[in-house]
Amino acid sequence: MAILELQNLKKYYATHKAVDDISFSIPEGSIFGLLGPNGAGKTTLLRMITGIFYPDSGEILFEGKKFNPVDDIPKIGYMPEERGLYKKMKIGEQALYLAMLKGMNRSDAMKKIKEWFVKFEMESWWNKKVNDLSKGMGQKLQFVTTVLHDPKLLILDEPFSGLDPVNSNLIKDEIFKLAQKGTTIIFSTHRMEQVEEICDKIVLVNNGKKILDGSVKQVKDDFKEHIFKVGFDELPASFSSAAFDIVDSHEKSFNVKIKDGNRPADVLQEFLNYNAAIVSFNEVLPSLNEIFIKVAGRKES
Amino acid sequence: MNKIWLIIKREYLTRVRNRTFILSTILLPLFFIGFIFASAYFSISSTEKQKVAVSDSNGIFKNSFQSSDLISYQYPSDVTADNFKEKGYSAFLKIPENYNLAGDSISLISTKQLGMEAEDKIKDQINDAIRNQAFLKNNIDKKILDSINKMNEDQSYKFRTVIKQGNKTEQSNSGLSYGIGYGSGILIYMTLFIYGAAVMRGVMEEKMNRIAEVIISSVRPFQLMMGKILGIAAVGITQLLIWIVLIVLLSSVATSFFSADALQHAQAINTGIGAAGNSTAAMNFLNAKSTFLSANWALIIPCFLFYFLAGYLFYASLFAAVGSVVNEDPQEAQSLMLPITMPILLSFIIMTTAVGKPDAPISVWGSVIPFSSPIVMMARIPSGNVPVWQLLVSMLSLIAGFILTTMLAAKIYRTGILLYGKKVTFKEMGKWLFRR
Repeated sequence: MAILELQNLKKYYATHKAVDDISFSIPEGSIFGLLGPNGAGKTTLLRMITGIFYPDSGEILFEGKKFNPVDDIPKIGYMPEERGLYKKMKIGEQALYLAMLKGMNRSDAMKKIKEWFVKFEMESWWNKKVNDLSKGMGQKLQFVTTVLHDPKLLILDEPFSGLDPVNSNLIKDEIFKLAQKGTTIIFSTHRMEQVEEICDKIVLVNNGKKILDGSVKQVKDDFKEHIFKVGFDELPASFSSAAFDIVDSHEKSFNVKIKDGNRPADVLQEFLNYNAAIVSFNEVLPSLNEIFIKVAGRKES
Repeated sequence: MNKIWLIIKREYLTRVRNRTFILSTILLPLFFIGFIFASAYFSISSTEKQKVAVSDSNGIFKNSFQSSDLISYQYPSDVTADNFKEKGYSAFLKIPENYNLAGDSISLISTKQLGMEAEDKIKDQINDAIRNQAFLKNNIDKKILDSINKMNEDQSYKFRTVIKQGNKTEQSNSGLSYGIGYGSGILIYMTLFIYGAAVMRGVMEEKMNRIAEVIISSVRPFQLMMGKILGIAAVGITQLLIWIVLIVLLSSVATSFFSADALQHAQAINTGIGAAGNSTAAMNFLNAKSTFLSANWALIIPCFLFYFLAGYLFYASLFAAVGSVVNEDPQEAQSLMLPITMPILLSFIIMTTAVGKPDAPISVWGSVIPFSSPIVMMARIPSGNVPVWQLLVSMLSLIAGFILTTMLAAKIYRTGILLYGKKVTFKEMGKWLFRR
């Protein structure tokens, strides 16, 4: 079942169309990537999903029903791209305040905060102020305040920006754990390479329009160009074949593009006939970044 | 509703726990009372006796000057303008030889200021003496003159103003109502700026920290704005109430101290012994206190609290709207605040007229129209002649006014709080007002 379904969503500003007729649905329990360059309309889209903005037209369905901010907001956790905390407020109080604003009662909130503070080794921070924290510590706190109320839908806008690799992994692990427990996660970013390892499904937006969606694997399959990388102990001398073209040659490998009507096995066969010392053979799938550049370029021209 | 309450609580507690708040709340009344009583105290007790040497070679003014506890006159013959200091006098009063009453000037020479009270007294006595001399010169019988002067002293004439409304009469004191009107007008003017600016700074802080976006994903923007406005209103009322209580407490402690002092002096007058100067000051003080208590506080205090709160609500949402559209640049806030500060300043100017002429058309209109009514009406109320219907119209239109400003400001706030890095013009804000 889709936890969230967007139907023909539009939001126009005076000067540009921030979100222009976007529809997609997000299956429950998936990790969903919302991709696009800066200014593509991701933040506006997320603000409509979190009830901050009203769409000009179109429909948002949450758990199959029309999205109603008052009832549905407590089920959503949103970490905006621009992180924000009260600088002079104590950390414990701040977490409690934000949790209670999400509708938790005091004792539940306290229990949850303690759990997460222990998990992230933040117990000793309780009486510190945000001003006294490093940027990475602030990010951790921000993440904790976003997930305290056990949201069904967790929306993370650029969650790893400014985090060191250790904390980055810590948060990534927690995201996976939450997903395993059934939380649906929307992960918005312009850094496509982060998405490949995390997301099940993606949507690519540019200039307010959706350019493609699907599972990461499927998208890559759709855009693959039948390029294989063949690794050698020693690079064979000049080589030409009816079955493939060499598109790129490296120190100890070729990238070859298979011609129509041939199979990967034909490539291997040719090299074996030639007695080349093959050590590896694998398909080169396009990165999401390459796909994006290709698709965005095509749309524009 | 529950969430707005959480926001109010946070806004209130973070401000009330703040050290600056605690200090200013306690120190201001102490300073205020201390200042009033210190000046009252010094006016009573610091009466250093001034010895004045009079050089009156023709003897015109002989016996005209009466020494008092403030000044003692002496007529030594060997004192001149050059040596009065060495002879132990604090001033030298030089009456020219062959003084002819009309043209010549009398000069008072001293090494330092004698003080206003002493100088006034000397001037009065010279005037009296000259007038007496003039009467005598024009053949007015000395006996008649003495009896007139005596009458003047015995029955120092009494004047009082009385307000008559229906069959209810009460004593009025226009000086007092002027003072109270002016004071409460200024107090509302100041608090509008102080708490209004606090709202604006709070909104700017939330926008710049980007916490606004986090919170707005939990509550409606309107709840966040109103929570802040009401929280700061509660801080303002707390502060005012503490000030009122502290001022009443401190002044009653201080007056009891003064009253004892004044009573002694009053007894001294009855028994006919000395110290006339001291006791008049103390009596003045007691009179002032009783007139002060005669003001219609039962009307003034509730009205003050109403106009403080409603006036604050009228302007606070506008300050919030300005705070929401400002980016990092404080200069921007200055120019955007102009449309809010202008009406407040204008109200202040109308108020200065209204305290003196509470029934002038500008005062009446100013006290009814919402943007100026909080300040101007408080200037009129102490005078006691604001008709009930005007008060009601003023209050109702102020309530309607703040509902309207809050609705308009909420529309600007909703958009502005999430708009980063872009300078907003008034024209754009105008467009936001008419958007869904």
